[in-house]
Amino acid sequence: MGKLTIGCFSSLVGSMSLDFAVKLSAAAIEKGHKVDFWVSGNGTMLSIKGQRAFKDYSALMKPVQELMGKGLTITACEACAEARGYNKENTMEGFKRHSMDWYLASAFNADRLLHIGGE
Amino acid sequence: MSTTKLGFIVQRPPYKSENPKLALTHAISSQSVEVYLNDGDIVTADVAFIGDGVLNCLKNQKAMEKYALSSTETHIKNSLLLDLNVMVCKEDLDRLGLSENDIVMDAEEFGAEVTTKVVPFSEITKMMEEVNHLLFF
Repeated sequence: MGKLTIGCFSSLVGSMSLDFAVKLSAAAIEKGHKVDFWVSGNGTMLSIKGQRAFKDYSALMKPVQELMGKGLTITACEACAEARGYNKENTMEGFKRHSMDWYLASAFNADRLLHIGGE
Repeated sequence: MSTTKLGFIVQRPPYKSENPKLALTHAISSQSVEVYLNDGDIVTADVAFIGDGVLNCLKNQKAMEKYALSSTETHIKNSLLLDLNVMVCKEDLDRLGLSENDIVMDAEEFGAEVTTKVVPFSEITKMMEEVNHLLFF
């Protein structure tokens, strides 16, 4: 099985790119692949806990938590998060926070890197 | 010991979105990635500005004065200081009526030894073919 590194820089609300990236992660994990998921820029919005699911907005906290339970490694850019007021205290349990070199280190031995840019 | 090569392609203009700056900060982070890797393993970063992305390279940006932000220009100079391979598409500079005189070509004041390379797009595509992974910003 392979390793997929996904980087997504788009916001949770206002873009469907994170929805796509999470669904892709789920499909890859379902097939037995390892997935490292990096969020940076506005994508760090995904890391906040307490997201409320409304039908008119993307709500990814539950699927992300389920995927973490299946082995997804998901990490937010710490500086991007802090700049937006997303601190350690309001980060979803299990969601890691690192500097940008974590993403590049994950790419080091990834079979594929899928980078999904920001807005 | 092995090397993974990453290519950062910057297509978007500066300050309209966060993307160009994130491209540079991620590329610069290649210099500290070893903390996660085994001895001798490295990640290299080539940065290429194409399309409207070449506007990121304009000299004398006033980001600090106007927005109290570090400029993309400063990030390019830091990239040069760290010996990253920074390329700018010549055809796109020509299209915008720009030349080497208009863009950041060096960072001598920072102590950088490498310079920006203005290259034809064919050279950028060659880099894109040679790297392990491409990241478009």
